Amino acid sequence: MSRLAGLWTRIRLPVLAIFVALMAGALVIMLSDLEVLGTIVHDPIGGLGMGLGRVVGAYASLLRGAFGDPAAFGKAAASGGNVTLWAKALRPFTESVLASVPLMFVGLAVTIAFRTGIFNIGGEGQFMMGALGGSLAAIGLGAMGLPAPLPLIGVVVAGALAGAAWAFIPGLLKARLGASEVITTIMFNYISGQLLFYLLANWDFLQREDHTQPISKELSQFVIVPGILPIPELRLDISLIFVLLLAVVVSWFLFRTTKGFELRTAGLNLPAARYAGMGAASSVILAMLLSGAIAGMGGAFEVVGTVKQLSTAISGGVGFTAIAIALVGGTRPSGVIATAFVFGLLRHGGGLMGLETRIPIDLLLFIQALVITFIAAPQLVARILRVPFRRRPKEVVA
Amino acid sequence: MRLELQQITKQFPGVLANDHISISVDKGEVLGLLGENGAGKTTLMNILSGLYRPDSGKILIDGKERVFRDPAQAIAAGIGMVHQHFMLVPVFDVIDSVALGSEPTRGPLATFDRAAARERIVELSQRYGLSVDPDAKIESLPVGVRQRVEILKALYRKSDILVLDEPSAVLTPQETEELFDIIRGLAKGGTAVIFITHKLKEVLAVADKITVLRRGAVAGETTPKVASQTQLAEMMVGREVQLTVTRSAAHAGQAILEVEGLNVLDNASATAVKDVTFEVRAGEILAVAGVQGNGQTELVEALTGLRPIDSGTVRLDGKDLHGLSPREISDAGVAHIPEDRSRDGMVKDMTVAENYILNSYHRAPYSNGGRLNRVGIAEKTAQAVKDFDIRTPSIETKIGSLSGGNQQKVIVAREFGRDVRLVVAAQPTRGLDVGSIEYIHRRIVEQRDAGAAVLIVSTELDEVLALGDRVAVMYEGRIVKILDAKDATRERVGLLMGGSVA
Repeated sequence: MSRLAGLWTRIRLPVLAIFVALMAGALVIMLSDLEVLGTIVHDPIGGLGMGLGRVVGAYASLLRGAFGDPAAFGKAAASGGNVTLWAKALRPFTESVLASVPLMFVGLAVTIAFRTGIFNIGGEGQFMMGALGGSLAAIGLGAMGLPAPLPLIGVVVAGALAGAAWAFIPGLLKARLGASEVITTIMFNYISGQLLFYLLANWDFLQREDHTQPISKELSQFVIVPGILPIPELRLDISLIFVLLLAVVVSWFLFRTTKGFELRTAGLNLPAARYAGMGAASSVILAMLLSGAIAGMGGAFEVVGTVKQLSTAISGGVGFTAIAIALVGGTRPSGVIATAFVFGLLRHGGGLMGLETRIPIDLLLFIQALVITFIAAPQLVARILRVPFRRRPKEVVA
Repeated sequence: MRLELQQITKQFPGVLANDHISISVDKGEVLGLLGENGAGKTTLMNILSGLYRPDSGKILIDGKERVFRDPAQAIAAGIGMVHQHFMLVPVFDVIDSVALGSEPTRGPLATFDRAAARERIVELSQRYGLSVDPDAKIESLPVGVRQRVEILKALYRKSDILVLDEPSAVLTPQETEELFDIIRGLAKGGTAVIFITHKLKEVLAVADKITVLRRGAVAGETTPKVASQTQLAEMMVGREVQLTVTRSAAHAGQAILEVEGLNVLDNASATAVKDVTFEVRAGEILAVAGVQGNGQTELVEALTGLRPIDSGTVRLDGKDLHGLSPREISDAGVAHIPEDRSRDGMVKDMTVAENYILNSYHRAPYSNGGRLNRVGIAEKTAQAVKDFDIRTPSIETKIGSLSGGNQQKVIVAREFGRDVRLVVAAQPTRGLDVGSIEYIHRRIVEQRDAGAAVLIVSTELDEVLALGDRVAVMYEGRIVKILDAKDATRERVGLLMGGSVA
């Protein structure tokens, strides 16, 4: 029971933060609707009712987009074993999970850096470089006709190496010259975007045949990432299994190995790490290498498995959302997985909401931003919900 | 003016900081408020100065109840605070600093009347014997004089009640004596003084009456005439304590640490340690005395590998330590109790066990081929918790939630829990309660008796005199003198700390 209580104290803040952010989102939905505002002037109660209707409508379609439509489930159940109907009913949910996989990868990547006290904002660039490395490996290895798992393994390794190499440079700059990783990793995001664009537009090896746009060859002709569900429309592939196992490995590494201990010590108290004789510079570089490698693997899986072609839009802000996810998840691998899942639901559900209602998907960015604000300022949530949220202050009496 | 605090109670979440505390001080009287860290002294004074509101209880001045909503009201009522950390602007001169916030003005534009301010400051400093050059810049003044400026500030605001919070923490013994003279002078002139400290000697020297606080409540009231140091310590701690470590004479063996012509730079690349030469032999304690900031920090960092040696040699058992990493030095048998416990010595968000293995996690039985061995860590830590009497709910408790004394015990247990050739202990008991000080001193002496060489750096003269078999005094980066324990009198060491060559 106390374990459960402990879990609740840990997830209470993120859960409440998401709740409050959704409430604020509701307010925005109402206030941004001119029809609702127009009605409220003449008829406050009617207008309010209309506004609430809009909110319910929007969030209902968000939920349908995220989990699936109950009506579709009903049809599927009534039909018995009709695979097409089942696929249609289940697809929204599997697509949500699919959307959360890259977030899980980069969330774990950022977590390792954060735990070491490094603010790696470069997940975006490392993800892109991983996607580039993965694409190149796919095209190169796919043409060689190697037996089944080898090309895929090559793709993932290439993604990891490319991401790690990309993160190594800011890591080295920080360790040797004290350059702020916040600045360097942001700059490296821009560089990777431009590099990707240049290569896609100018390199025949990569660029799609008979195309002038910056877009790569169709990658599924080279390498296939095996799916894990029997229905092909449900696109979940082994990257999901991989990232869940990876979360276990990251957790084990951080909390059960001497290197992990060094990284965490450097992250919590750098002078103490120095005092204890740990190499602070090597901790920084190691953390960046691991962080980049994980983000890069995410990029490789995303481009080869899900999107199947490389473009500059491959990352789609995943590096920045991952920062939020790492923070909301309490920089714990289990928390990161859970949070990435919730963000994946919002992301995919928001797509349907944008289609069905007049609410733009940008509302979700607003909600995400609010969640981060609330996590950063727990007192705000406490004030809004009027719950005591203060951690017991240490040494009030000095 | 008579000040009374009646039945003051203040509750913080989880801590009853003040539990029905009553104190009083009369015109011309010095009240010594004695208590350990966490006894509730500072909370009580924050209530008096208007920073906190009490949950219950009254503040009476001359029998009339007063309520302070903010510090300005407390100041207006005649209460002056001299904080432990001075609140002065380094680039201001004394006149500006003292007048700041209550400047006399003249003319239609209300311009600052420096002449008037100056006149008043000179008059005050003469009347109370607070000799200060009114035109000197604050940054050019030694700490003792800065404190006088703080006192002047309070007097300038017509304080009839002066509160001094741990005023001797930054002073040399001589400066402390001068401060006591000033306090006596103020009392004679009719000021009521509250003198907050945890040092027994000081209350006995300067107070007219003493109130002892323990765990947020009044543990007793007495006067210096009837109370002894031992009695006060018992009141403060709540049990019998031994104030001085009993230790036998040192049996010094061969030299273990040899330092020759050592120069070390500080962060600003100025030479902080200048041509220092000394040795520490097996089985003896060399105590380095000195006022904070005279190169001790840099000396310790250089010896433990945390700061590069600029020139000179440092040898441990004849082996040159130049260029070795902190880990190599630690592996060579150097135990280091760092000066700043919470900055260097521990990671407050990690558990007791993690802190216990902080610098030996890479060795058996704590790890095995890069994997942490949880069983080994738990067993050893549990043993250390028992051996060193560390009061913690569990070894998985975050060390930051323990008391300072128990945090320091974890560090001492960690450092003494392996084979030690040399102990380097910087401020080993800073901020600790009497009971923990006693315990840690005993452990250090045990290390000496087991044959280790011990180097203690402390700004507490009592500590230096209690532990040092020999006493070295550092002043402006140099070791000005090394005395045998029998020649190291309080006066002599104090004078050397102040820079006079005796």
